[in-house]
Amino acid sequence: MGIIFPHLIKILMPNKTFFWFFLPTGLAMILFIGLPIISTGIQSFYAQHDQVVKEVKKCDPFGCTVSIVVDNEETTKIRNAKPLGKFNAFGTYTDRNHLAVDEIKKFWNETESFGAFVDQVTNLPFYKALIFTLTYCLFVTPNVLLLGFIIALSLNAVARKIRGPLIFGTILPMIVTPLVGSLVLFWMIDSQGIIGANIQNLMNDPYLSLKSSKTLTWITIIIYGIWHHSPFAFVVFYAALQTVPQEPIEAAIIDGASRLQRIKHIVLPHIYPVVTFVALISLMDNFRVFEPIIGFSAEGSAQSLSWLIYDNLVNEEVILFGSAAATSMMTIIGIAILLAPVLIRTWKEFKTAR
Amino acid sequence: MDYGLDTKSTRLKTFNTIFIITWLLIACFPFIWTFWGSFKVRADFFSRSDWWYAISAFNTLIETGGKFTTNAYTEAWTEGEFWKASKNTIIVTVFVVSISLFLGTLGAYALSRSTEKYAFWILMIALIFRAMPHITLVSGYLFPFFELQIWGILPTTIVVLVAINQPFTLWLLYSFFKTVPKELDESALIDGCSYFQAFRHIIMPVMWPGVITAGLFSLMLAYNDFTVTALLLNQENHTMVPKIQSYLGTNQHEGNLMWAVSAVVSATAPLFMLVMFFQRQVISGLTAGAVKG
Repeated sequence: MGIIFPHLIKILMPNKTFFWFFLPTGLAMILFIGLPIISTGIQSFYAQHDQVVKEVKKCDPFGCTVSIVVDNEETTKIRNAKPLGKFNAFGTYTDRNHLAVDEIKKFWNETESFGAFVDQVTNLPFYKALIFTLTYCLFVTPNVLLLGFIIALSLNAVARKIRGPLIFGTILPMIVTPLVGSLVLFWMIDSQGIIGANIQNLMNDPYLSLKSSKTLTWITIIIYGIWHHSPFAFVVFYAALQTVPQEPIEAAIIDGASRLQRIKHIVLPHIYPVVTFVALISLMDNFRVFEPIIGFSAEGSAQSLSWLIYDNLVNEEVILFGSAAATSMMTIIGIAILLAPVLIRTWKEFKTAR
Repeated sequence: MDYGLDTKSTRLKTFNTIFIITWLLIACFPFIWTFWGSFKVRADFFSRSDWWYAISAFNTLIETGGKFTTNAYTEAWTEGEFWKASKNTIIVTVFVVSISLFLGTLGAYALSRSTEKYAFWILMIALIFRAMPHITLVSGYLFPFFELQIWGILPTTIVVLVAINQPFTLWLLYSFFKTVPKELDESALIDGCSYFQAFRHIIMPVMWPGVITAGLFSLMLAYNDFTVTALLLNQENHTMVPKIQSYLGTNQHEGNLMWAVSAVVSATAPLFMLVMFFQRQVISGLTAGAVKG
């Protein structure tokens, strides 16, 4: 049977073959993505050792004084014996730099109005970063979808011959690394750059600069985000537009549908699945925003969750592994919440498919 | 989408043209401007007195005697040791791309040919891994790498970048392998080939477009990475992007801004050229996951 009709036999890849094919990549992912997440989890329950202090008695002809100094030898010994630090359970999660449970309780009891309470809370480092990260996602993602869609529609109406170079120009902001992209913009927008200087002239305010205002910094970073991510949305939408069937559109034109109606009732429904895909990817990428903060030197007025982790890890005195790990774990939880709807939907589809 | 029946009003056409020109200006001008400015001295490109100096090259003329100067480039590449950074970038990129493709093609081929349930779950897990912010992974690496004393060296970074890159490579190549008809390798299997032989001699030769796309994306990831390279490499082994950041200086330490400008141009130019050359593959890669489903 199989020899006469080879297309009728269904060949299943044996589990053993699958295993050997998948082993290298699986191992790489387990070792360097799976384990680090566990490692982060473990580290988040530990905090760096306190310095060991000792009393030193100093005597001179006028009497004795007792001073407290850091016992370096003893400190190093403890650090070497237990490099991970001391066990801290959820201590790092609840401290001032993270969820700040005690501070929030205090603010709740002490502040008079709800507004003042919110003000106090949003000044805590973790909440400040969380709010910036969410604001960034909230403003960048929809605008990226919109701008990307408009550019795709617009380029799609241009003669085919000149589309190639136009597409190349459009995707430039996306292919450079965020650090370089934000630097290139920053050098123009900064008070000594071409745009910054001209805005100063226009507004007649020689002290107007990006760094002086928190709102301006946030707006700049959000604009950068839209500039950087729109090309991705454009490329995907553009490709999707090529697959829109022609017949219904022609029928709609004959029936007298306007351009806007055609987009709303034919084009959009057709590319809807792609829109969710772009939204998801761009949400995931926006949630990890951090390089533009370095590029725009905006640490003073804008901090994101990823930036907090970075800051802990490049700390000059002692690397704050525990603190970085705790923020990381909460970032991962944030990502999980973002991804949950998609995963649940896919799982349901998978179950019905069976 | 050239609608045969669709006639556009001239007003709409003009509006469309203006919109595209505006967008292209926004998208490209910053790069053109940086390229232009990299041939000036700092007092011109970051002028405190008059931004027009960046165009008239007032200080560049005084300091160097010409309207354009390549001083920033020569200094950054020699004194700033940018040559070392670019050498490191080349090493990292070459290894990351080749190892990623080797692991990725094997894994994605198996995923695309398996009909078992676990293949689906592996793809889902890969999607979750893809969503992990790289910095959270780095915070997991640092401590064990210090303890094992493998921090700071290129091989560690290469392996980490390969692993971080796998989820995306797997998804991308998976969608490409799905488009290669199963009958192709099945007939080879019936003829007595092993799975590996079928993969090696039948499937890979028709997979080149997909492999090139996946390779390009691995290349862009390795070439552009900042998070991993900045935190896992020591000063000596820094690649281009962290090197650029080190030129910016901190509050305590005045950096050399013009070095950063010329380094940005030096690092970006090869990437742009590559993308210009492989534009079709980049676009097919970006859309593979979305459009083909």
